Formats: sequence, C-alpha cells, structure tokens
Amino acid sequence: MTLLTTRGLTAHYGDFQALFGVDITLDAGETVAIIGANGAGKTTLMRSIAGVLRNGPGMIAFEGKPIGAMTADKILGMGVAMVPEGRKLFPSLSVEENLLIGAHGRKTGGYWTLDTVYALFPILRDKRAVPGTSLSGGQQQMVAIGRALMSNPRVLLCDEISLGLAPVVIRDIYAALPQIQASGASVIVVEQDIGQAMKVASRVYCMMEGRVTLSGTPDTLTREAIHDAYFGVSA
Amino acid sequence: MIWVDTVVQGILLGGLYALFAAGLSLVFGIMRLVNLAHGDLIVLAAYLILIVVSALGVNPFVAAAIAMPLMFGFGWGLQRIVLNRVLGEDILPPLLVTFGLSIVVQNALLEGFSADSQRINAGALETASFAVGPVTLGVMPVLTFASAILVIVTLNQVFYRTALGRAFRATSDDPVTASLMGIKPANVFATATGIAMVVVTIAALYLGMRANFDPTIGPARLIYAFEAVIIGGLGSLWGTLAGGVIIGVSQTVGAAINPEWQILAGHIAFMVVLLFKPRGLFPRAYD
Repeated sequence: MTLLTTRGLTAHYGDFQALFGVDITLDAGETVAIIGANGAGKTTLMRSIAGVLRNGPGMIAFEGKPIGAMTADKILGMGVAMVPEGRKLFPSLSVEENLLIGAHGRKTGGYWTLDTVYALFPILRDKRAVPGTSLSGGQQQMVAIGRALMSNPRVLLCDEISLGLAPVVIRDIYAALPQIQASGASVIVVEQDIGQAMKVASRVYCMMEGRVTLSGTPDTLTREAIHDAYFGVSA
Repeated sequence: MIWVDTVVQGILLGGLYALFAAGLSLVFGIMRLVNLAHGDLIVLAAYLILIVVSALGVNPFVAAAIAMPLMFGFGWGLQRIVLNRVLGEDILPPLLVTFGLSIVVQNALLEGFSADSQRINAGALETASFAVGPVTLGVMPVLTFASAILVIVTLNQVFYRTALGRAFRATSDDPVTASLMGIKPANVFATATGIAMVVVTIAALYLGMRANFDPTIGPARLIYAFEAVIIGGLGSLWGTLAGGVIIGVSQTVGAAINPEWQILAGHIAFMVVLLFKPRGLFPRAYD
C-alpha cells in the first residue's frame, strides 16, 4: 500500500528553485533511501515533506490526502515525523525533556514511550538529566531519533543521520532501524554514504541538482549507473 | 540601625521593580522581543483595575483577579494579531511596533481618563505596618515583595516542570524544529505574552495601590523593568528579581545619602553592573 507520494514536487528558497518536479513513493513497511551529493536537494525534499517548506497542496500526498500546503505541526499530527539534519536538539532541554517534547503533538498512545526509547538506546537512560547538547554526536543522534519516535510516527524521515559520525557509531545507530520498522514505521533515509543506503533500503532514489536522476532497488542498480546519476558524469 | 532599615526597604521596593520586569523578562526570554510598550501596558492594567473597582465596588485584589483573564486575552490577541507578524531575524520591526503601541496606549488613556493622576484605594492596607525587631515594615511593601517571589517561583515552575514550559523553552531555542515536534510557535508566543500580561496586571495592582499614576508614567516603569532584566541577565527570572532588588536598594541608599540621588543611584548601579558584567549577573549559558 502506498503511504507517501510526491508528484511534480517543486520547492523554492526565495527566487532560487531547489527542486524540479520530484516524484518519489514510499510504501507501507518499506525503507527508502535518498542519495545524492551536497546540494542535490535531499534535505529540501525532506523539509518539504515535513511541512517546514510549504508546497502546492497536490504535490505531496499521505495516504492519498494532499498535505503539501499543511503546516509542520499538522503533518506531524498525521504521522510524519522528521529527524532533522544536524540533529537540532534543544539546548535548554535535558535529554529526557528533548524526548518528551517529541510527544508534544501526540494525540493517541503507541509503541514508543520513554521506556521503549530507552530500551532502544540504553545509554540515554543514564544521561537523561543532562542537557541534550552536552552528549557526543552519536548520542545526540540517538536523542534526535528517539525524539521523533516519541510521536509514534507512521513515516520517519531521517536526514543525514550518519553525518559526521564515526563508522562504529553509525553502525550502532543503523542497528536500531529494524526495531523502528517493526514498530510499524516506514522510513525514508537521506544518506551521502551510498554503501550504507544500499544496505538498509529496499528502494533507492538518487538526486542531483534538484531532480531524481535514478531510482530502483539496490540489486538492480549498477555501480556505474549510480556514479553517473550521483555526479552527472560517466564513470 | 537606620542603614539596616534603608536596605530592607530597598529590598522590598525591589519586589515592585521585579514585578515590573518579570513579564518583560518572560517575553524576552522566549521570543527575544523587547516590548517598549511594557510600562504603558502596566499603566493600562492599572486603569483596568481602577475601572473594575469603581464599577463593581470590589476590593482591588478581587478587581485584579477579574482583570487578569482580560489582560491575558488582550496579550494573546496582541501577540497573535500584531507582534507575531514582525518577529524575525531583524529586531528593529518589533521595536518600532511596540514603540508605536506605547504611543497609542498613552494617548488612548489620555483621551479616556485625562491627564489627572489616579489611585487605587486599598483602605487601611495602605498604611498598615508591623515591627520586626528594630525595623518597621509596611504591609504593602511586604505583600509586593511576597507577590514578586510568588510570581517568579510560579513562572519557574511553569517553565521547568510543565509541558507548556518545555514548549516555551524549545520554541525559544529553535521555532522551526519546535514546529516539527507539533508545536505551534505562533500560539506558544501568544500564550507567553498572555501570561506576561497577567504578571503585568499584578504589577499594576501594586503600582496603583502604592502611588498615584497617570497615562504618561509608563516609560519610566519600562526603564526600571529594563534595567532589572539587564542586571539579572537577559531571560533569567531569578536574575530579574536580583536586578529589581539591586535597583531598589541602590535607590533607597542613594535617597538616604541625599534625596536628590534616589533615581540617579539606581541608574548608576545599573551602569556599574553593566561595566563589570556586560551580560548581567545570571546570563543564560547559551544565546
């Protein structure tokens, strides 16, 4: 069943157009990866879906309902949560308060509570009272993911969650993905690390200069095709 | 012993200045908005209390309790309809708008109530006092100071113990990311201004019972409030109380040395604190 679609999605920062007719689809229960170089439009795509950037009403649909013109709080209320690039923890809130604020817009119960988030990332339980921004980069990423999960989303948008982290930390964070999927959330992962994206995703979209230049399942995409779509030049 | 009395009276006077400043501090702490009409809104609330006292013949404290929800609604609407439109990276538009609001409020009050000074009659409470050892304390100044403590404790509890307080702090940190948490920053800001107007009403109650007021005294109250906020460290509520007390004590000590020095001494204390602690006594760790 199709959960989320974008059709002809465009986005602008003032006069600058960042997305040019982007079409992607996310089915229930799957993990989709968006790959691309810096400036390809991946974060703009995530911000558009999450409602930080407003779009034409028909450009984004969640369960068939147009959400492109909705505000971020309304889109969260429908079940689309985002882990923003750079984590964006609230510096004046403790780890636990950062997690609790993630449940601010929640209207009903669900799998994710403080206890289940602490079970997913046990280190956070010990750090619950310290300011979120005093943690290491990897731990902050865990808080950012836990904060998004606290709304019990049906779609989780993860924007560059491995950015700036050591490989061993990235492995730990991605190890949580199966449990997140098992809770019923479908996931869109934005990644610059192509290998990581291929490992976790059932489908991959490659973006360049605001357009989708390649899409397919990891087993059907050749190294050369990805290279061409990623950099715009033949390998 | 007279110096002990002077300092104690100054501390109690600081409670009034802290009440003037707490709403300003709250609004600045959450949305970095310097409300230049703050003093005039205190005077507006004082007139509202006066109207309720005159119309219903009730005790000023009851009148203030009636005025509080009205002022909350006024603050909520002011923020939602006017001030939210000018909040942003540039701090100049909100300064200009609140400066304009200050002029509008002053002139509306002059039209409605003339330039005659008014007073909220508190009866025997105005002159009641009691002795603590060698120092005689007025009931009204003690009530004012106790109210300031109560306001700041309550605001701190709301800030650090409730979901609303979490939303305040998160929105203050980063409104865009807060919206990703399901928070509506425009409503959070409006609620903060509404609460600030409730605190303004409490300040207005004591202002009106302790001294005469007229439509033009708002800007001077704004100066005291602003100095208390700056001394305390921008956005720190306990710092605001400390700032109010420092100004209050400086004024009473200055007045004890020479009555002409009362106001000047408060301003000098403000300058001295700024000289040695430019970010105030209790600045936030991040800004």
